[in-house]
Amino acid sequence: MSELQTDTRVSIMNQMPEAGVTARSALYFSQAATQPVFGPGQAQVFLWEDALRGQLVIRGDAGNTDFAKGVSSALDLALPGQLSSSVSATMALLWIAPDEWLLLCDLEQAFAIETRLRDALTGHYAVINVSGGQTQIRLAGSAAASVLQKSMPYAVSDAHFPVGKVVTTALSKTQATVRRIDSTDWELTVRRSFADYAWRWLTDASREYGLHLGQPEHNEN
Amino acid sequence: MFRIYCPYCGELREEEEFHPKGPAHLARPADPDNCTDEQWGDFLYFRDNPRGLHNELWVHALGCRKFFNVTRDTQTYLIKGSYRLGESPDQARTSGDQA
Repeated sequence: MSELQTDTRVSIMNQMPEAGVTARSALYFSQAATQPVFGPGQAQVFLWEDALRGQLVIRGDAGNTDFAKGVSSALDLALPGQLSSSVSATMALLWIAPDEWLLLCDLEQAFAIETRLRDALTGHYAVINVSGGQTQIRLAGSAAASVLQKSMPYAVSDAHFPVGKVVTTALSKTQATVRRIDSTDWELTVRRSFADYAWRWLTDASREYGLHLGQPEHNEN
Repeated sequence: MFRIYCPYCGELREEEEFHPKGPAHLARPADPDNCTDEQWGDFLYFRDNPRGLHNELWVHALGCRKFFNVTRDTQTYLIKGSYRLGESPDQARTSGDQA
Protein backbone atom coordinates (compact mmCIF):
# COMPACT_ATOMS: atom_id res chain seq x y z
CA MET A 1 0.00 0.00 0.00
CA SER A 2 1.17 3.49 -0.77
CA GLU A 3 1.76 6.06 1.93
CA LEU A 4 -1.34 7.94 0.78
CA GLN A 5 -3.61 5.04 1.71
CA THR A 6 -2.13 4.26 5.11
CA ASP A 7 -1.44 7.75 6.40
CA THR A 8 -4.56 8.90 8.21
CA ARG A 9 -3.00 11.84 10.00
CA VAL A 10 -4.81 15.14 9.67
CA SER A 11 -3.96 18.43 11.25
CA ILE A 12 -6.23 19.03 14.21
CA MET A 13 -6.33 21.96 16.58
CA ASN A 14 -7.71 22.67 19.99
CA GLN A 15 -10.71 24.86 19.26
CA MET A 16 -11.00 26.08 22.85
CA PRO A 17 -10.10 29.76 23.05
CA GLU A 18 -7.64 30.98 25.66
CA ALA A 19 -8.94 31.83 29.11
CA GLY A 20 -10.60 35.23 29.37
CA VAL A 21 -12.68 34.92 26.19
CA THR A 22 -16.41 35.04 26.98
CA ALA A 23 -18.18 32.02 25.50
CA ARG A 24 -21.81 32.53 24.50
CA SER A 25 -23.96 29.57 23.69
CA ALA A 26 -26.23 29.25 20.65
CA LEU A 27 -29.25 30.26 22.77
CA TYR A 28 -27.65 33.02 24.83
CA PHE A 29 -29.81 35.78 23.38
CA SER A 30 -32.92 33.64 22.81
CA GLN A 31 -33.01 32.66 26.48
CA ALA A 32 -32.61 36.24 27.62
CA ALA A 33 -35.68 37.21 25.54
CA THR A 34 -37.95 34.44 26.92
CA GLN A 35 -40.28 34.95 29.86
CA PRO A 36 -41.24 32.06 32.16
CA VAL A 37 -44.96 31.48 32.63
CA PHE A 38 -45.01 29.83 36.05
CA GLY A 39 -42.55 29.35 38.88
CA PRO A 40 -41.02 25.91 39.38
CA GLY A 41 -43.78 24.94 41.84
CA GLN A 42 -46.63 25.02 39.30
CA ALA A 43 -44.84 24.34 36.05
CA GLN A 44 -45.27 21.06 34.21
CA VAL A 45 -42.54 21.77 31.67
CA PHE A 46 -38.95 22.71 32.43
CA LEU A 47 -36.87 24.00 29.56
CA TRP A 48 -33.20 24.90 29.59
CA GLU A 49 -30.14 24.82 27.40
CA ASP A 50 -27.44 22.32 28.23
CA ALA A 51 -25.01 24.92 26.93
CA LEU A 52 -21.49 24.62 25.57
CA ARG A 53 -21.05 20.87 25.57
CA GLY A 54 -18.18 19.23 23.73
CA GLN A 55 -19.54 17.40 20.67
CA LEU A 56 -17.65 15.04 18.39
CA VAL A 57 -19.02 13.26 15.35
CA ILE A 58 -17.42 9.83 14.97
CA ARG A 59 -17.79 8.00 11.66
CA GLY A 60 -16.62 4.54 10.72
CA ASP A 61 -17.73 1.01 9.94
CA ALA A 62 -19.49 -0.59 12.92
CA GLY A 63 -18.81 -4.02 11.42
CA ASN A 64 -15.06 -3.39 11.58
CA THR A 65 -13.99 -4.83 14.95
CA ASP A 66 -10.85 -2.65 15.06
CA PHE A 67 -13.01 0.46 14.79
CA ALA A 68 -15.57 -0.69 17.37
CA LYS A 69 -12.84 -1.75 19.80
CA GLY A 70 -10.84 1.44 19.22
CA VAL A 71 -13.82 3.65 20.03
CA SER A 72 -14.79 1.68 23.13
CA SER A 73 -11.21 1.57 24.44
CA ALA A 74 -10.69 5.32 23.90
CA LEU A 75 -14.01 6.30 25.47
CA ASP A 76 -14.68 3.41 27.84
CA LEU A 77 -18.13 3.26 26.22
CA ALA A 78 -19.55 0.56 23.97
CA LEU A 79 -20.49 1.63 20.45
CA PRO A 80 -24.31 1.80 20.60
CA GLY A 81 -26.41 0.02 17.99
CA GLN A 82 -29.46 1.20 16.02
CA LEU A 83 -31.44 4.02 17.74
CA SER A 84 -29.68 3.65 21.10
CA SER A 85 -27.08 5.33 23.30
CA SER A 86 -24.25 4.50 25.72
CA VAL A 87 -23.83 6.71 28.75
CA SER A 88 -21.10 7.18 31.35
CA ALA A 89 -20.73 9.73 34.16
CA THR A 90 -19.28 12.43 31.88
CA MET A 91 -20.10 11.30 28.34
CA ALA A 92 -22.93 10.09 26.14
CA LEU A 93 -22.48 8.33 22.80
CA LEU A 94 -25.53 8.57 20.51
CA TRP A 95 -26.28 6.48 17.43
CA ILE A 96 -27.07 8.78 14.49
CA ALA A 97 -26.76 6.49 11.45
CA PRO A 98 -25.28 3.02 10.75
CA ASP A 99 -21.85 4.62 10.29
CA GLU A 100 -22.20 7.75 12.43
CA TRP A 101 -22.25 8.52 16.16
CA LEU A 102 -22.37 11.72 18.20
CA LEU A 103 -20.28 11.96 21.36
CA LEU A 104 -21.35 14.48 24.00
CA CYS A 105 -18.63 15.32 26.51
CA ASP A 106 -17.11 18.12 28.54
CA LEU A 107 -16.11 21.03 26.26
CA GLU A 108 -12.72 21.31 28.00
CA GLN A 109 -12.15 17.59 27.40
CA ALA A 110 -13.17 17.53 23.71
CA PHE A 111 -9.68 18.03 22.30
CA ALA A 112 -8.11 15.44 24.64
CA ILE A 113 -10.83 12.92 23.73
CA GLU A 114 -10.44 13.62 20.01
CA THR A 115 -6.67 13.02 20.34
CA ARG A 116 -7.34 9.82 22.26
CA LEU A 117 -9.73 8.60 19.56
CA ARG A 118 -7.25 9.38 16.79
CA ASP A 119 -4.55 7.47 18.67
CA ALA A 120 -6.85 4.45 19.08
CA LEU A 121 -8.31 4.36 15.54
CA THR A 122 -6.69 3.36 12.28
CA GLY A 123 -7.82 3.06 8.67
CA HIS A 124 -10.98 4.59 7.27
CA TYR A 125 -12.70 6.69 9.93
CA ALA A 126 -13.48 10.31 10.81
CA VAL A 127 -13.63 12.32 14.02
CA ILE A 128 -14.97 15.87 13.72
CA ASN A 129 -15.42 18.45 16.45
CA VAL A 130 -18.88 19.97 15.91
CA SER A 131 -19.18 21.65 19.33
CA GLY A 132 -19.91 25.03 17.77
CA GLY A 133 -22.37 23.69 15.21
CA GLN A 134 -25.20 22.45 17.37
CA THR A 135 -26.56 22.73 20.88
CA GLN A 136 -28.56 20.68 23.38
CA ILE A 137 -31.99 21.77 24.59
CA ARG A 138 -33.29 19.93 27.64
CA LEU A 139 -36.97 19.38 28.23
CA ALA A 140 -38.24 17.90 31.48
CA GLY A 141 -41.35 17.72 33.59
CA SER A 142 -44.63 15.81 33.66
CA ALA A 143 -45.91 17.42 30.42
CA ALA A 144 -42.61 17.23 28.50
CA ALA A 145 -43.79 14.24 26.46
CA SER A 146 -46.98 16.11 25.48
CA VAL A 147 -44.92 19.05 24.24
CA LEU A 148 -42.76 16.70 22.17
CA GLN A 149 -45.73 14.79 20.85
CA LYS A 150 -47.29 17.86 19.32
CA SER A 151 -43.94 18.93 17.86
CA MET A 152 -42.80 15.66 16.28
CA PRO A 153 -44.34 12.97 14.04
CA TYR A 154 -42.58 10.26 16.09
CA ALA A 155 -44.59 8.61 18.89
CA VAL A 156 -43.05 9.24 22.33
CA SER A 157 -44.98 6.63 24.31
CA ASP A 158 -43.00 4.58 26.86
CA ALA A 159 -43.24 1.45 24.71
CA HIS A 160 -42.20 3.14 21.48
CA PHE A 161 -39.60 5.50 22.94
CA PRO A 162 -38.02 3.89 26.04
CA VAL A 163 -35.35 5.55 28.18
CA GLY A 164 -31.99 5.55 26.38
CA LYS A 165 -33.44 5.54 22.86
CA VAL A 166 -32.15 8.08 20.34
CA VAL A 167 -34.27 9.16 17.37
CA THR A 168 -33.46 11.77 14.75
CA THR A 169 -36.69 13.13 13.37
CA ALA A 170 -38.60 16.25 12.42
CA LEU A 171 -39.18 18.82 15.15
CA SER A 172 -41.80 21.17 13.73
CA LYS A 173 -40.15 22.43 10.52
CA THR A 174 -36.60 21.55 11.53
CA GLN A 175 -34.68 18.45 12.59
CA ALA A 176 -33.68 17.28 16.06
CA THR A 177 -31.88 14.30 17.55
CA VAL A 178 -34.03 13.36 20.52
CA ARG A 179 -32.69 11.27 23.39
CA ARG A 180 -34.79 10.10 26.31
CA ILE A 181 -32.55 10.48 29.35
CA ASP A 182 -35.18 9.55 31.93
CA SER A 183 -38.93 8.97 31.92
CA THR A 184 -39.65 12.72 32.08
CA ASP A 185 -36.28 14.06 30.93
CA TRP A 186 -35.47 14.64 27.25
CA GLU A 187 -32.49 16.00 25.36
CA LEU A 188 -32.81 17.58 21.92
CA THR A 189 -29.76 18.19 19.76
CA VAL A 190 -30.50 20.94 17.24
CA ARG A 191 -28.34 22.73 14.72
CA ARG A 192 -27.05 26.11 15.84
CA SER A 193 -28.74 27.93 12.97
CA PHE A 194 -32.11 26.40 13.94
CA ALA A 195 -31.60 26.61 17.71
CA ASP A 196 -33.50 29.89 18.08
CA TYR A 197 -36.41 28.55 16.01
CA ALA A 198 -36.56 25.31 18.05
CA TRP A 199 -36.35 27.26 21.30
CA ARG A 200 -39.19 29.61 20.32
CA TRP A 201 -41.28 26.69 19.12
CA LEU A 202 -40.77 24.77 22.35
CA THR A 203 -41.43 27.74 24.63
CA ASP A 204 -44.62 28.49 22.72
CA ALA A 205 -45.71 24.82 22.75
CA SER A 206 -44.99 24.57 26.51
CA ARG A 207 -47.05 27.58 27.57
CA GLU A 208 -50.35 25.76 27.95
CA TYR A 209 -48.77 23.38 30.48
CA GLY A 210 -46.96 26.02 32.51
CA LEU A 211 -43.37 26.66 31.55
CA HIS A 212 -40.42 27.18 33.84
CA LEU A 213 -37.09 28.19 32.33
CA GLY A 214 -34.41 26.21 34.08
CA GLN A 215 -33.93 22.82 35.62
CA PRO A 216 -36.41 21.24 38.04
CA GLU A 217 -35.23 21.73 41.63
CA HIS A 218 -34.78 18.04 42.34
CA ASN A 219 -32.68 17.52 39.22
CA GLU A 220 -29.18 16.36 40.08
CA ASN A 221 -27.58 17.06 36.72
CA MET B 1 -49.56 10.98 5.56
CA PHE B 2 -48.21 7.47 5.09
CA ARG B 3 -45.37 5.61 6.70
CA ILE B 4 -42.21 4.35 5.04
CA TYR B 5 -39.90 1.67 6.39
CA CYS B 6 -36.26 2.77 6.72
CA PRO B 7 -34.04 -0.34 6.40
CA TYR B 8 -31.22 1.46 8.23
CA CYS B 9 -33.26 2.68 11.24
CA GLY B 10 -35.29 -0.55 11.21
CA GLU B 11 -38.55 1.31 11.80
CA LEU B 12 -41.60 2.66 10.02
CA ARG B 13 -41.33 6.43 9.96
CA GLU B 14 -43.57 9.24 8.78
CA GLU B 15 -43.35 10.26 5.14
CA GLU B 16 -42.43 13.77 6.34
CA GLU B 17 -38.92 12.51 7.20
CA PHE B 18 -38.21 11.27 3.65
CA HIS B 19 -37.54 12.70 0.22
CA PRO B 20 -38.04 10.83 -3.07
CA LYS B 21 -35.02 10.88 -5.36
CA GLY B 22 -36.34 9.40 -8.60
CA PRO B 23 -36.21 5.94 -10.14
CA ALA B 24 -33.82 3.35 -8.72
CA HIS B 25 -31.30 1.17 -10.56
CA LEU B 26 -30.45 3.71 -13.29
CA ALA B 27 -27.60 2.21 -15.27
CA ARG B 28 -24.91 4.75 -16.14
CA PRO B 29 -23.32 4.04 -19.55
CA ALA B 30 -20.20 2.01 -18.81
CA ASP B 31 -18.02 4.07 -21.13
CA PRO B 32 -19.42 7.63 -21.25
CA ASP B 33 -16.67 8.88 -23.60
CA ASN B 34 -17.69 6.41 -26.29
CA CYS B 35 -21.48 6.18 -25.96
CA THR B 36 -23.85 7.97 -28.31
CA ASP B 37 -25.51 11.30 -27.44
CA GLU B 38 -28.82 9.47 -27.43
CA GLN B 39 -27.62 6.93 -24.83
CA TRP B 40 -26.18 9.69 -22.65
CA GLY B 41 -29.28 11.82 -23.03
CA ASP B 42 -31.48 8.88 -22.05
CA PHE B 43 -29.40 8.34 -18.92
CA LEU B 44 -29.40 12.00 -17.93
CA TYR B 45 -32.90 13.20 -18.81
CA PHE B 46 -35.39 10.53 -19.79
CA ARG B 47 -37.33 8.58 -17.17
CA ASP B 48 -39.95 5.85 -17.36
CA ASN B 49 -43.37 6.59 -15.96
CA PRO B 50 -44.68 3.08 -15.28
CA ARG B 51 -48.19 2.16 -14.25
CA GLY B 52 -47.93 -0.34 -11.39
CA LEU B 53 -44.93 -1.41 -9.35
CA HIS B 54 -42.01 1.00 -9.50
CA ASN B 55 -38.62 0.85 -7.75
CA GLU B 56 -37.63 4.26 -6.45
CA LEU B 57 -34.71 5.82 -4.64
CA TRP B 58 -35.61 7.59 -1.38
CA VAL B 59 -33.52 9.31 1.27
CA HIS B 60 -34.27 9.41 5.01
CA ALA B 61 -33.51 13.12 4.96
CA LEU B 62 -34.58 14.03 8.50
CA GLY B 63 -33.43 10.75 10.07
CA CYS B 64 -30.28 8.77 9.41
CA ARG B 65 -29.70 10.51 6.02
CA LYS B 66 -29.20 7.17 4.23
CA PHE B 67 -30.40 6.40 0.71
CA PHE B 68 -32.44 3.26 0.10
CA ASN B 69 -34.90 1.87 -2.44
CA VAL B 70 -38.67 1.63 -2.17
CA THR B 71 -41.00 -0.55 -4.25
CA ARG B 72 -44.21 1.40 -4.71
CA ASP B 73 -47.35 0.93 -6.76
CA THR B 74 -47.91 4.09 -8.80
CA GLN B 75 -51.61 3.30 -9.23
CA THR B 76 -52.61 2.60 -5.62
CA TYR B 77 -49.67 4.36 -3.85
CA LEU B 78 -49.24 1.12 -1.90
CA ILE B 79 -45.66 0.74 -0.68
CA LYS B 80 -44.64 -2.89 -0.96
CA GLY B 81 -41.45 -2.44 1.03
CA SER B 82 -37.96 -0.96 1.27
CA TYR B 83 -34.55 -2.46 0.63
CA ARG B 84 -30.99 -1.25 1.06
CA LEU B 85 -28.75 -0.16 -1.78
CA GLY B 86 -27.06 -3.23 -3.20
CA GLU B 87 -30.04 -5.46 -2.45
CA SER B 88 -32.58 -6.62 -5.04
CA PRO B 89 -36.28 -5.59 -5.17
CA ASP B 90 -37.42 -9.05 -4.06
CA GLN B 91 -35.80 -8.28 -0.67
CA ALA B 92 -38.23 -5.37 -0.13
CA ARG B 93 -39.61 -5.48 3.41
CA THR B 94 -41.53 -3.41 5.94
CA SER B 95 -39.96 -4.83 9.12
CA GLY B 96 -37.08 -6.91 10.39
CA ASP B 97 -33.88 -4.84 10.45
CA GLN B 98 -33.56 -4.56 14.23
CA ALA B 99 -29.95 -4.88 15.29
